Amino acid sequence: MAEEAPEDGGTRTLPSLRRLSRALPFGRTHGRLGASSSGRPVVSALCSQESVDPQKTAFLLRKAWTLYSVTPLYRFRRARLRDYARLLSAFIAAERHRGLAVAVGAEMDIAVRLSSLAELRGTDLDQAALLVQLSSRSRASSRSSEDKPVWSGWFCSMFGDDLSENIPEDFTSLPLFLSHGAESYTALVGSWFQKTFDCCFRRLAISPQNLSWMVAMWAGCGLDTAASAVELVFSVPRLAQPLDIFYAIHPEDAKALWDTVQKTPGEITQEEVDVFMDCLYAHFHRHFKIHLSAAKLVKVSTAIASAHCDGIVKILHSQYLPGVLMLLTELAISQIQ
Amino acid sequence: MRPRRSSRTPKQSPHVRRKTQTDLSAWRKGGRTDSEKSLQHHQSVNDQKYDSQEGSLEQALSYLEKVQDRVALKKNSVLQRHLDTVESTALKQGLPPEGFEILLNVALSGKFADAVNTRLLRSLIPASVIPENSVVSAVSWLCVGKCSGNIQLLFLKWLITVFDFIDRKEQLNALYGFFFSFLQDEKMCPYICHVLYLLTRKENVKPFRIRRLLDLQAKMGMQSHLQALLSLYKLFCPELVTITLPGKMKTYFKNSEGPWKAAITAVRSRNQGPSPLSQAVVLGTSQPQSRKRKWNAQLVIPASSRSTNNLEEIRGKSSVCLYNTNKSFPVEQLQTFPQLLQNIHRLEFPSQMGSVLTSPLLLHYMNCMKDESIYLRLYYWMGQMLQEECAWCVVDNPNEEEFKSFLQSIYKAECFLQEGFSACEEFLYKTLPLWDGFCCRSEVLSLVSWIPLSNFSDIKSYLYDPLAQLFFTSSIYFKCSVLESLKQLLQNWLNCNVIRVDSEFSSLNTTLSGLVNMVAELVHFVGWISTIGLRLEDNSTFLLHFILDFYGTVCDMYLKYNLPLLIMPPAGVFYPALLSMDSVNLNQLCHIMYRYRTNLVAAKENEQSKKNILQFKFSNQTYQEYNQYIIAMVGCLWTSSAFQKDIHPQGLCMDDKVLCKTGVKELKTSFNIVYHPAMMGYSIEFLKQLCPDDTTFNFKLIKGKKWDWYLEYLYSQGLKGLKVFIESSISRVSQASRSKAANVQT
Repeated sequence: MAEEAPEDGGTRTLPSLRRLSRALPFGRTHGRLGASSSGRPVVSALCSQESVDPQKTAFLLRKAWTLYSVTPLYRFRRARLRDYARLLSAFIAAERHRGLAVAVGAEMDIAVRLSSLAELRGTDLDQAALLVQLSSRSRASSRSSEDKPVWSGWFCSMFGDDLSENIPEDFTSLPLFLSHGAESYTALVGSWFQKTFDCCFRRLAISPQNLSWMVAMWAGCGLDTAASAVELVFSVPRLAQPLDIFYAIHPEDAKALWDTVQKTPGEITQEEVDVFMDCLYAHFHRHFKIHLSAAKLVKVSTAIASAHCDGIVKILHSQYLPGVLMLLTELAISQIQ
Repeated sequence: MRPRRSSRTPKQSPHVRRKTQTDLSAWRKGGRTDSEKSLQHHQSVNDQKYDSQEGSLEQALSYLEKVQDRVALKKNSVLQRHLDTVESTALKQGLPPEGFEILLNVALSGKFADAVNTRLLRSLIPASVIPENSVVSAVSWLCVGKCSGNIQLLFLKWLITVFDFIDRKEQLNALYGFFFSFLQDEKMCPYICHVLYLLTRKENVKPFRIRRLLDLQAKMGMQSHLQALLSLYKLFCPELVTITLPGKMKTYFKNSEGPWKAAITAVRSRNQGPSPLSQAVVLGTSQPQSRKRKWNAQLVIPASSRSTNNLEEIRGKSSVCLYNTNKSFPVEQLQTFPQLLQNIHRLEFPSQMGSVLTSPLLLHYMNCMKDESIYLRLYYWMGQMLQEECAWCVVDNPNEEEFKSFLQSIYKAECFLQEGFSACEEFLYKTLPLWDGFCCRSEVLSLVSWIPLSNFSDIKSYLYDPLAQLFFTSSIYFKCSVLESLKQLLQNWLNCNVIRVDSEFSSLNTTLSGLVNMVAELVHFVGWISTIGLRLEDNSTFLLHFILDFYGTVCDMYLKYNLPLLIMPPAGVFYPALLSMDSVNLNQLCHIMYRYRTNLVAAKENEQSKKNILQFKFSNQTYQEYNQYIIAMVGCLWTSSAFQKDIHPQGLCMDDKVLCKTGVKELKTSFNIVYHPAMMGYSIEFLKQLCPDDTTFNFKLIKGKKWDWYLEYLYSQGLKGLKVFIESSISRVSQASRSKAANVQT
């Protein structure tokens, strides 16, 4: 129930901003309760041709990232990344060797690197993304050999104006966090950030409704290269044996279907998404006599990205990186507010 | 600086010491290591006469002070006796401050055998304080190494036990380096760590010391005493060293309490109040955790710990001295209110704001610092925690108990701050529609009472509608709890308004009319659910009690809370209360109506004197409603004319023919304070007392003078509400017709 999404079916051309009022703690009016009609990105932004330097963000692609929402960081100073890295590295060492004190700044077996990814932001209001990399130093081969990367994670805000516009100076809004690597490292890094910047991490699950938005949006984006199939995975609830249904559609068919559904280019409505999905369901029913609408959509994958309802995404195409991140940022913000 | 030896209390020593003051400071300058020499400064041994069997402490001390050579205890009965004296005095009343220097010097200088030294050290029980100087000179003896290892250890144990009795610690702290150097002694190390733990200040934490401790740790492995000291270092300089303590640790210093603790407590309780709080080991990092949880969703409220984040940038090894700026006070060490007062200017909020919830001291501090970021940090943290852990929203959440206690902590903090948290308010709005009214019931309802007063326009759909749904479908106990919580909510709003008016705190965008509308909406809501609730519960006395309790606040809003608003209870509440079978509720109703009267009269007077021109004017309808109710009440309680004269549209007025059908004789005198079902018990009791022999219960006897007696009797039974109501609202025209005449005065 944490994920509430009573959609009203209205047009979603512009993100309906749900602002964090300045005078928040002292009794204010606020309109961000209940029917949280989360805004939808404009398609043009999603399929924007201007993309970030593919070289610099290539390592973000084709990896399964686990999603978290993060409340604004308190007193985060970008100029101090090096200090943060030293402290975080000492923290990790101290946590791993519980009970042994560790001098800050000493060589640790896990090296930490914090860096900014200035390319990854939507507007000037967005903070540049922050990359955290952990690598293990092999003691034997000292420093001659390359450190072996063991975990990475990054904070980002892509068109997250909703949140960043309205927070005081001492706070840094980077609402989306993505991690790749062992959960134990995520826990260490996350705890350190929570302790140091008084923020909260929460897993970001994606509701079936948002998954259908994703598949509709992404199916409609044409790609030059031979694209892979559009795949939907459904799970049937309340069965003794888990039953998953895989539904694959040829990308061109999916795009053709979407093009007939969409009325105005650059704009997506809930209605259109519903029609798109209903068409897919009807087609499936005709062949297999199964009502997919009664099953739960758990995963979608397209040539652009794949997303699982547990909050795991894989972005495949650098051109669409900003668009996908924008959508995820929006989901993260709606979970925070 | 030095406490004068001659200033001893007469109580403790009838023998006034005539000896000249021993100048130990001069002695120390001369050559502190040479005990022989030092003794030459003393006067030659007085020819003291030990006239009594029990030598005085005085004599014992002066004897011990002057002993020159090693003396064997066995052969020396004088020493034996003095030792006994010291021991018995110490155990009985503790030693005076000036005794410590002498005894410490003797015990640590190695003049006696260890057995004697041990006995001396064991009897070092302070009556009041221990002079710092005595400890400093003792430490210098320790450095000289004249005494055996066992005595050294015993001394350290003593020092740890009595640390809080030492009057000042400046000079002692100056010896930090000496203590630190003892760390290499394996036997002493645990005790030295404890002493250092007690002694360490921020300026003592130096990189070279940290290195030394880390080396020791490398050599000796995980030792709890090293861990404790290192975590204290971390507390002061998190930018230099860090440590995570294993969660299961309980004691960090295994030192036995030595032979002193019990004796000190006994002496203290005999002499004066309780002993000063001994410094507790504060290592907030280890928290008992019920079980392994997701790292990012621990409902454990974070321990307050200092942030590493606000420290200056580290620029290089040479700049380490910069950290000596003794600016901030670690929140982990904040344990008492005086500490808060002393350090309030250099206190920092903990790194995780959520930890204030469990710290009353930090809540005090928070109250002083009205900083937006504090609330925003709390807002984010609390909002996420509430959503993530909500026991009735998250499927299969097994942690209802934890969530309950979390809600309790929030509620307590709100009561403390007298202010609701906005994260909590939003949480309630979001989740009340999903609430079953059962899970964490009392916690949720108490949080409802702290929903802040605001212009929030949708409060009906977010609060009232879901509450009403649950109210109508739940048990009577739930109904009563809801009413109780709404009464609290009303009071909190009213209080908040009073504070605001007083402080002219106009920055809030809630105008007076906005406030009035909010309150009116709440009161009408409660009137509505009460009416239906009474019908559903068959006019339950219990429920009625809670409803009237709510109106007990409503009826006084004008005078008590300065709010230009009075709302009468609906007929669905008023009539059940008036015809209640229960005298408590009837009495309460009388009291409420009396307060309404007082408020309305005051409002009218204010209106007429035009004191407040802009003042909100009560509508005539309120007066009219009040008058209708009063007529019904007087009819029911006094004139027996309720059925004829009640003019309220939902009232009791009945056609004469219908009344006749009841077959009640003498209708016109048969329903008043004597016959009212709630009062019947009293009138019977009264009659029994009046004419004990009459068993016919002739109620008609109660009239005239006896009516007055009856009233007195009722008042004496605690019906104070009835008393004030009758005295204010019923004017008794003449002695003769007092039983009939009644008059409404408004």
